[in-house]
Amino acid sequence: MKNETRPEHFDPPSVIGTILRRLHIDIPLFIGLLLTSMLSFLILYSAGSQDVDILLRQAARVGLAFFLMTLLAHVNPYQFKRYSALLFGLGIFLLCAVLIMGQIGKGAQRWLELGLFRFQPSEMIKLTTPMMVAWFLAEHSMPPKFKQLAIATVLILIPTLLIAVQPDLGTALLVASSGAGVLFFAGLSWRFMFAIVATLLSLTPILWHFMRGYQRDRVLTFLNPEADPLGRGYHIIQSKIAIGSGGIYGKGWLGSTQSELDFLPESSTDFIFAVFAEEFGLFGCLSLLSLYLLIIARCLFIASQAQDTYCRLLASSLAFTFFVYVFVNIGMVIGVLPVVGVPLPLISYGGTSIVTLLAGFGILMSIHTHKKRLSHL
Amino acid sequence: MSPIYSVKDNTVENRLFINRIIAAFIVIMLLTVGLVVRLVYLQIVGHEHYASLAKSNSVKIVPLVPTRGIIYDRQGRILAENTPSYSLELVPEQISDMDDTLAKLQQLLSIPDEKIEQYQKQRKRQKRFASTPLLLNMNDEELAKFAVVRPYFPGVDIHTQLVRHYPYGDLSSHVVGYVGRINEAELKELPVSEYRGSTHIGKLGIESSYEIPLHGKTGYAEIETNVQARSLNTLNESDPEPGANLYLTLDIELQRTAYDALEKYNGAVVAIEVKTGGILTFASRPGFDPNPFVVGISNDAYQLLQDSENQPLYNRALRGLYPPGSTIKPFIALAGLEYDAISAPQKLFCPGYYQLPGVSHKYRDWRKGGHGSVNLNEAITQSCDVYFYRLAGTLGIDHIHDFLQKFGFGEKTGVDLVGEKPGLLPSRDWKQEQKNRAWYPGETLITGIGQGYHQVTPLQLARATATLANKGNIVTPYLVEKLVGAHETRPGPEVHKGVIPLKQDHVTDVINAMVNVVHSERGTAKGVGRTVNFHIAGKTGTAQVFNIKQNAKYNENDIDFKLRDHALFIAFAPAEDPEIAVAVIAENGGHGGSIAAPIAAKVIKQFLKDRQKTQP
Repeated sequence: MKNETRPEHFDPPSVIGTILRRLHIDIPLFIGLLLTSMLSFLILYSAGSQDVDILLRQAARVGLAFFLMTLLAHVNPYQFKRYSALLFGLGIFLLCAVLIMGQIGKGAQRWLELGLFRFQPSEMIKLTTPMMVAWFLAEHSMPPKFKQLAIATVLILIPTLLIAVQPDLGTALLVASSGAGVLFFAGLSWRFMFAIVATLLSLTPILWHFMRGYQRDRVLTFLNPEADPLGRGYHIIQSKIAIGSGGIYGKGWLGSTQSELDFLPESSTDFIFAVFAEEFGLFGCLSLLSLYLLIIARCLFIASQAQDTYCRLLASSLAFTFFVYVFVNIGMVIGVLPVVGVPLPLISYGGTSIVTLLAGFGILMSIHTHKKRLSHL
Repeated sequence: MSPIYSVKDNTVENRLFINRIIAAFIVIMLLTVGLVVRLVYLQIVGHEHYASLAKSNSVKIVPLVPTRGIIYDRQGRILAENTPSYSLELVPEQISDMDDTLAKLQQLLSIPDEKIEQYQKQRKRQKRFASTPLLLNMNDEELAKFAVVRPYFPGVDIHTQLVRHYPYGDLSSHVVGYVGRINEAELKELPVSEYRGSTHIGKLGIESSYEIPLHGKTGYAEIETNVQARSLNTLNESDPEPGANLYLTLDIELQRTAYDALEKYNGAVVAIEVKTGGILTFASRPGFDPNPFVVGISNDAYQLLQDSENQPLYNRALRGLYPPGSTIKPFIALAGLEYDAISAPQKLFCPGYYQLPGVSHKYRDWRKGGHGSVNLNEAITQSCDVYFYRLAGTLGIDHIHDFLQKFGFGEKTGVDLVGEKPGLLPSRDWKQEQKNRAWYPGETLITGIGQGYHQVTPLQLARATATLANKGNIVTPYLVEKLVGAHETRPGPEVHKGVIPLKQDHVTDVINAMVNVVHSERGTAKGVGRTVNFHIAGKTGTAQVFNIKQNAKYNENDIDFKLRDHALFIAFAPAEDPEIAVAVIAENGGHGGSIAAPIAAKVIKQFLKDRQKTQP
């Protein structure tokens, strides 16, 4: 029995390796995440005007996030599957609670005040939505039938819309793509996907009608940033200057003039990639993108090795969502996508996103390290 | 083995999934290549262009904040202005020994230790060449002291900035309002580019309702800076457009007369120019000094204002809700004539109380023995309650509601101030909806003498009075006469005009009775009638603060000051060709005739005297 529950990959090379395996840690993934986090401190120090306080606060969050990841890696994936629906329901309930409280308190509210810390239900939903959809689809054989697709779509739309009205377009986008990821990996037919894309495009005018004033501004500014150089276009213009002036080799660490001289707003949160690109140049950008791609590749590998449908769908969707994070943020900073509030994963300053991200990686590690030795696959 | 790992050994499913993983990886690679292409475009192709923008000489766009418009009263007296405020600022890179300099300055100007600490903290966050303030809001003595020794302090200088100032303080606070620092919630609502660089925004009163024209248009300058962000020269400039100056219809000296006349009483005086609707006085006592709010009022000082028993932050003229009391009687009388419920000469007998058929409750008159037989003129002159109980009973609540609504009771007047209260005009439907109860006949009777559910704001009461004085031509009050901008002068708000169809004989009957209130021997405000050489038409009112039990006697001296009746008075003058209409409410004043009427008379007298001077 004991032999069988032990992970099958990697022969124990050292004492540390044994400990990590006991902890159910996936070493390549762990190293990738650790490297990215270290890089994050380096950039934050520069982007945050060399303020050590900011680093310490971020270190506390990263520590907490790694702890949570290890904790989740320890949980048997069967437990995730078992509680998927319950957690999803709880998340929806909390989202509604936040929305109603926001209505009473007037204005946008995204978190619940829990005495010591603030809790954002929309962060929890980022994980529970793919869990729920994966759980639902795993009950049936793949690829899903039309009826299951319809139900799954509703399951995705409910949390997406609840977050979109908060209004938090960035998070809504991530939740929607995490659910859509599950559908894609479940084998949604290509024809169907094209049909959906076509429908969405035709719905654009209607969506435009329902957008808030500032959301419209963002889209308009994206299309023509020079029109409003003091206002909305300021971000994009300044971030392009920062990135472009970095050149091939960059200006070197702490050499960013754009963020240093307060040209670049939000330089340590959503726009941190611009600081990175200015200081480390094209080479730095390619290295960071490679690091991200290695993490994603490892996650997809884990998904391909997973042993049941639920684990496969969940693991692959988490990997996919991580990429969406990277793509939307960098795309926005380099001016190919509209400005939506999505941080650069593992790098941007801020607590909530890194905790959720590493929790997701915890689930991936759990899936990979709780496999059974099967006689034939 | 536990059954939980039951894997569906389905090769089709496996192949499908692996295919999807490969497809996903290809898509991810393609999108990443897209990002890389864009990065190459920015960092290699566009590098020189962007580097020249960012590198040695960079262009910084700096907002140029417009000067806020000035607010004047109708005589051109300044109600809100921008005055220079002086601050002592230090440039660290020009100071060789910072600690020594700070110590000397501290001794010279006796600066408290906290300010030095605060400065030290702020300095660390700034560039070495940036000017950082040590002392804000310097007074004349500090300025003089420093001026003498200035040559010995290189790198230390006095800087000037404009700060909003309200010379009339508490007198104008409830009309003009004030500006304060922009808070986070406001920042989200504001147009970003217009307010980049602005620190203050109108929070209350005219400052708030005319925020956009007062603020003006922000300009910007493109400034060339070097690597350290030191400004080198200005490349391009788009001048800011200063905010429009506002001219109000308000007469601040008339306002002062009204405010002072209220003396010890809390309350409100609203005076309206009958022909135009322009508000002449809008006094709410007590007011508060708005100037501390501009620089940021301390928590303690704010708490003190909030907790004060007299509620100085409460705009009584705009938001105070009071029962109209007997001031409603001229309107009820007019309703009686218009609906043909009564004729002017018809006499009703007043024994001192009134009873509904089959009900034991006695609706009392304020005069114990009653007024005897009175016609409409006498009923208004002496403020006979029984006459109006009976008239209200005949009219019924539906007619009363519909008629009073035409005079603007129960709805906002639409004045150009934010936060106005609509008051409450009761009706059958309202009671059913709000209280889920049927309307009782007894409630109609007390509505007839302005008690019960009916609640008015002083502004509403003044407006209704002005409309009556204007013979049914609806008067809509407003405060801003004109906006004088850099390029154009615009008139104030467009006011609603309308006519209540009234028989002019009926209006004359009611106005004659109101003249008798002030000028006849039996009038309830005869005291003021003797002091003027023209005719005032008025009506006194007394609003109960608490209910006296059946048979109990109301004795003013026995009860707590705060529970005494409110004194009300409405008036317009000259009665023959009205120019000004006034509504006065003196909280806990007791009697309308003796307390509120003289206040109104003072305002009217001064207004007509000033008018004679300007129009000989």
